[in-house]
Amino acid sequence: MTTNTQKIRVLVAKPGLDGHDRGAKVVARALRDAGLEVIYTGIRQTPDMIAESALQEDVDVIGLSILSGAHMALLPAVVDKLRQVGIDDVLIVAGGIIPEQDIVALKEAGVHAVFTPGTPMQSIIDFIKDNVPLNKA
Amino acid sequence: MSIQTLTDQLLSGHRRSLARLITYVENDHPDAAEALERLYPHTGQAHLIGITGAPGTGKSSLVNQLAQAYRRREQRVAVLAVDPTSPFSGGAILGDRIRMTELTGDPGVFIRSMASRGSLGGLARAVGDALKVLDAAGFDKILLETVGAGQSEVEIAKTAQTVIVVEAPGLGDDVQAIKAGILEIADIFVVNKADRPEAKRTAAALKMMLELGHAPAHHLLRHSLLASLDQTSPYEAAGPAWTIPVLPTVAINGQGLDEVVAAIEQHRQHLLDSGELALRDRARLIDELETTLQSELMRQVIARLPADVLAEMVARLDDRSLTPQAAAQKILAAVGLAG
Repeated sequence: MTTNTQKIRVLVAKPGLDGHDRGAKVVARALRDAGLEVIYTGIRQTPDMIAESALQEDVDVIGLSILSGAHMALLPAVVDKLRQVGIDDVLIVAGGIIPEQDIVALKEAGVHAVFTPGTPMQSIIDFIKDNVPLNKA
Repeated sequence: MSIQTLTDQLLSGHRRSLARLITYVENDHPDAAEALERLYPHTGQAHLIGITGAPGTGKSSLVNQLAQAYRRREQRVAVLAVDPTSPFSGGAILGDRIRMTELTGDPGVFIRSMASRGSLGGLARAVGDALKVLDAAGFDKILLETVGAGQSEVEIAKTAQTVIVVEAPGLGDDVQAIKAGILEIADIFVVNKADRPEAKRTAAALKMMLELGHAPAHHLLRHSLLASLDQTSPYEAAGPAWTIPVLPTVAINGQGLDEVVAAIEQHRQHLLDSGELALRDRARLIDELETTLQSELMRQVIARLPADVLAEMVARLDDRSLTPQAAAQKILAAVGLAG
């Protein structure tokens, strides 16, 4: 039956050079099980690649996983690139080993939420479902 | 943003509008029909190349290499890659981009991942419309990658103009090669992972199967109800038959890719010379008409069906006093469609 069938589309990417993608894969799988469509792009993504993939896939949410410690450099760079290609209406969430004091700055830079180790999966799912801008239906 | 602005922007090469319009057709957006009406006259130019095969045979890697080969030939390439939707949660992991990282950032390439959303033929319901959007955007080649296909996901043969079936060594003996289904729809066979020891045997089994004969893909038409009613034109192509090549590749390093690109071009030329291109296009359009008609009829039946009638039918199915077939007849009568 064809009704208006909007699905939440999430891009999951790992910016930078760390290759630890277990966390990103576990989150991707949990989002899948919550009924979301997850575009998984894998490791070693540059801000340019992430912005271009988000544009082509017309996603609602971008999930960035980072464990390298370079989050203060890379995450604002991703937000900047997204703005440059004209994407200003997606939910941007990040996860990884990110110290408490950096989270405030990241939120000021345009990251909507930061999930640190130990966050229950359901909190991530709920945050996305509650805050996703469904403006395309 | 108005739908006219979006379609105008797409026609002038604006990538974000292209992405948004694919979302519209995928989600049955209220403006999708108007968008397609505006774009339809601009379609029919691209070469639609389908890539199918079992999971893990190397479809995405092959697509990655093909796209790069076309870029070296200065052709613009779109990729539409379908992965399965979970029948339980409705969610999906779309992972085809992982094999295509080299293509990201090239303005001559556009990649879109799509979830199958319940379709069982190896594609997604919205693929036909998404292809029209990409076609109107002016891509020379559109590479359409199916879900990892087993034996019977043959929808790609109705959708693509050239179908590549990717096989890999070690997946079965020569009886697999004479079974019906996916092996019947290839225009080109690629035996990927040709550096593996069993690859020669796989290629030999496919060649043996091909020597036994092959029906042209537009014969799929005969399964379409509407096409069997349409007596106005012949469905046989003239000219010599296409000889299906079996080509070894190693997609991760590009080995054998030039031969695949050459075979695709030869097939395109064959389609044009023999008149088969027109036949396939018509097969696709009639099939689309039939599918659209089915879902539209269903929509109308649901819109007109009184809730109590449905409840009564379900109850009678439940207590075994009515077969599903008889219930369908009663429902058609209730909405005024009984023959």
